[in-house]
Amino acid sequence: MSENIGKIVGVNGNLITVEFEKPVIQNEVAFALSGDLRLKAEVIRLRGRYAELQVFEDTTGLKEGDRVEFTGDLLAVELGPGLLTQVFDGLQNPLPQLAEQCGFFLQRGKYLEALPRDREWLFTPKVRHGARVTAGEALGAVPEGIFEHRIMVPFGLRGAWTVEEIAAKGPRKVTDVVARLKNEEGETREARLMQTWPVKVPIRAYAERLAPTQPLTTKIRIVDTLFPVARGGTYCIPGPFGAGKTVLQQLTSRYADVDIVIIAACGERAGEVVETLREFPELTDPRTGKSLMERTLIICNTSSMPVAAREASVYTAVTIAEYYRQMGLHALLLADSTSRWAQALREMSGRLEEIPGEEAFPAYLESVIAAFYERGGVVKLKDGSTGSVTIGGTVSPAGGNFEEPVTQSTLKVVGAFHGLSRERSDQRRYPAIHPLESWSKYDGIVKREQVEFARRILRQGNEISQMMKVVGEEGTSIEDFVVYLKAEYLDAVYLQQDAFHEVDAATPAERQQYVFERIHKILKTPLAFENKDAARRFFQRLTQTTRDWNRVAQGTDEFQALEQRIEKMIEEAADYA
Amino acid sequence: MHKVYTHVERIAGNVVTVRATDVSYRELAQIETRYGTSLAQVIRLEGGRVDLQVFAGGRGISTDAKVRFLRHTMQVPFSESLLGRVFTGSGAPRDRGPSIHENLIPIGGPSVNPARRIIPRRMVRTGIPMIDVFNTLVESQKLPVFSVAGEPYNPLLARIALQAEVDIIILGGMGLKHDDYLFFRDLLEEQGALSRSVLFIHTAADPTVECLLAPDISLAVAEQFALQGKRVLVLLTDMTNFADALKEIAITMEQIPSNRGYPGDLYSQLAARYEKAVDFDTAGSITILAVTTMPGDDVTHPVPDNTGYITEGQFYLRNGRIEPFGSLSRLKQLVNSRTREDHRGIMNTMVQLYAAFKETLEKQSMGFRMSAWDSKLLKYGERFEREMMDLSVNIPLEKALDLGWRILADCFDPEETGLPTKLTQKFWPKRADAGAAA
Ligand SMILES: Nc1ncnc2c1ncn2[C@@H]1O[C@H](COP(=O)(O)OP(=O)(O)O)[C@@H](O)[C@H]1O
Ligand SMILES: [Mg+2]
Repeated sequence: MSENIGKIVGVNGNLITVEFEKPVIQNEVAFALSGDLRLKAEVIRLRGRYAELQVFEDTTGLKEGDRVEFTGDLLAVELGPGLLTQVFDGLQNPLPQLAEQCGFFLQRGKYLEALPRDREWLFTPKVRHGARVTAGEALGAVPEGIFEHRIMVPFGLRGAWTVEEIAAKGPRKVTDVVARLKNEEGETREARLMQTWPVKVPIRAYAERLAPTQPLTTKIRIVDTLFPVARGGTYCIPGPFGAGKTVLQQLTSRYADVDIVIIAACGERAGEVVETLREFPELTDPRTGKSLMERTLIICNTSSMPVAAREASVYTAVTIAEYYRQMGLHALLLADSTSRWAQALREMSGRLEEIPGEEAFPAYLESVIAAFYERGGVVKLKDGSTGSVTIGGTVSPAGGNFEEPVTQSTLKVVGAFHGLSRERSDQRRYPAIHPLESWSKYDGIVKREQVEFARRILRQGNEISQMMKVVGEEGTSIEDFVVYLKAEYLDAVYLQQDAFHEVDAATPAERQQYVFERIHKILKTPLAFENKDAARRFFQRLTQTTRDWNRVAQGTDEFQALEQRIEKMIEEAADYA
Repeated sequence: MHKVYTHVERIAGNVVTVRATDVSYRELAQIETRYGTSLAQVIRLEGGRVDLQVFAGGRGISTDAKVRFLRHTMQVPFSESLLGRVFTGSGAPRDRGPSIHENLIPIGGPSVNPARRIIPRRMVRTGIPMIDVFNTLVESQKLPVFSVAGEPYNPLLARIALQAEVDIIILGGMGLKHDDYLFFRDLLEEQGALSRSVLFIHTAADPTVECLLAPDISLAVAEQFALQGKRVLVLLTDMTNFADALKEIAITMEQIPSNRGYPGDLYSQLAARYEKAVDFDTAGSITILAVTTMPGDDVTHPVPDNTGYITEGQFYLRNGRIEPFGSLSRLKQLVNSRTREDHRGIMNTMVQLYAAFKETLEKQSMGFRMSAWDSKLLKYGERFEREMMDLSVNIPLEKALDLGWRILADCFDPEETGLPTKLTQKFWPKRADAGAAA
């Protein structure tokens, strides 16, 4: 292919204007050349002879007249064995390898291959010569850590293909050809261990899309019991700064009951990624007994890294999630924070001088967000197995006010809303998910009528507490006062959970069912007290004992002893009159 | 020889436009004005026109001013001889010392590869219970003091800086009042800390553009010291002035503002500075303590709001005290599991009870009858404010934890606190001790 070269005629931040002669494709990748530097960029607008490109790097030093090389390819990622456990930047550069070559600091214009080229994988064929296959069907498999990594017919192939050649069992590198395919028109294609795929195009090489029905347990009680997430569902966590979005996502990345976790650290603190990066290899995943890192992949484009690559980072992440879904696995994508990606869109839209919408966000913000969350979902694959991509995104609303474009656009498309409240985080009621304002459309793990009852107590408790602010404790009946104390009790011993306690941090589904059953019974039991002070004292003691109970492992003697103590306390205060 | 251009096409605010070729983005230029020579930086290239941001401002520039491009970006000298010196926001000497030209390094350099960062593990002791107990400061943390104008934020910054065990202190002043600059300089001098400090001071009287440079210069120098293995503390006061300078320039450039006039990239701009805080895996560290004044005491104002999303917590200074609500150290959990086993318990419980005290105060102000529980809370809250929150209290962490237990024991029964039974069994003071201490 002949080279397509253009020339820079303007530089404004990371937006460059390029004059070109040969045809240019919208969203194709190009490189701005300056001395020895090759800076990756993407075409984002075309007008007459001029293309406008967002450069994924700092543009310092670029000049008018510098050359730009158009590649003809859309922004794509490498898919194949060796992705898991890696830490990539938004453009899929492996950061540890980059550090080996460049030292402490990131170096612009340095791009490395995402998948190791020299590593060998033990390939086992799954089809025979002559087999008929379509895009996404398995040709073979290699073991990748704890998973069987399917090697699939390239997703971009249309129609039916016949396997002309298939490699025998043996070690293969990612670039090795493992199959040759031919279609009815006589065209031939090669399949390797790896393939590439443009990040902004969803992978759809499956049989059908299904509705998300299975709960995805996070081991966070307020989530699983009150506001559940489903495998293949979508949810969002908006909240002001410091309310606990990142801690929630970190907990979920550790404890969620899924096969693969992809963490997209998008435009927030580098330090938070480092915690994951350094701790996960040391932690064992109770599901597999192996290191947590084996099921994890991190896309790290933190706040001081190039802004334009923030957008790419969430697409890189979701594309890799879809890739593993094609193998019949359940992937969870955690994006923190989607607002930073939206802000990157806003910065670029401003430089393009587009007509701004609300808070200067571009008018297409809503459709971009909707299309992104649409990439989550459960699918039935062509071999009948199912896989899923669940997407959980945090939102960082300006001023903590949910009436802003990113939160509102997100709420329209997700299946669950975990709204964090400043009031609760100030009171150290963690996780600060607001129990009355949050919602979920998915089914959870405990009995629906028990949950409904608990919600009713929370609502009543809140109303009574509001009333008490007007009429005082003395103007409140003891019956109402006890309902209020019950609501506070439920909050203190079940909704609140200590993220930093080894036992309390994660409550498995069975324990949630077991404990909630008992709490539900306590809430239902009529209790009688001489006066309000006695009632308060009783609940203080009950709360302390129940919290002690939360801190001991299920199945221990202590667990039983505390449970009996709680029962006895209730027995003594119960009013069976 | 560098080519000299003498035809200025446009002057708007601090930005001048010339026609020139072979100019690189972000390159520096020298521009001669009636009042002397100023540096300027290329901020846009477009069809042969070059926009330059003039550090000394646009005032006094004539349409035939001489513009000479320098072929490099903004640099700052780096050597040991910076120590004990005071410079302007753009690095010119502000004291009577000589200017330094050796070992020039670029400012605003690339960010640290996250793979080369380590998890911070060292607590910075301040002797202030509201920090040490409730929101522990950690080496390599980036943390601003949020406050309204008039609060003693600069003295607080100086106090922490002098107590902290660091090798180097770098002060970046933005729009600093001259008196405040003298306060810092004299205090550092008195305490014998000036010889390990470098000051980059932009005062309210200096050109706006230099306000933008002060943090970058400070952090570039800090980074070099940290790479040499030094533990560096950078003080930045006041970052709201920095943000306002950004706003002023964005408006001159006719950028579409996103929120109350601030540019859409305010978050990224602030993050680029704060993210310089780091603990290197095989070298030193940078800790950043900043001041963010809140216009109208409004945390939702774009500057504190964006800052809060970037920094690792904030100290909320109000009425001369660090408020427990609104204050946060996001890194505290990295260190407070290894201080003393009761640290976390005391930290959580005392704040929860203080929140309950605040509610009781509200009830009291509405004239409701106080229950027995309310009376306990009132007693507790008063002591908490006097013995823990007051900034004049200066005691080590362990003493502060002991004090916490004593206050709790004087006001409550163990099970009223919600503390784990295991902790109260071990730490709850006996009646006699409590009485003796009171
Ligand atoms: N579930 C939790 N349990 C205990 N502390 C929490 C919890 N969630 C948040 N925190 C505290 O609040 C701080 C800020 O939480 P973070 O998740 O970083 O907030 P956000 O991402 O919303 O800005 C944490 O560093 C921690 O100290
Ligand atoms: Mg966060």
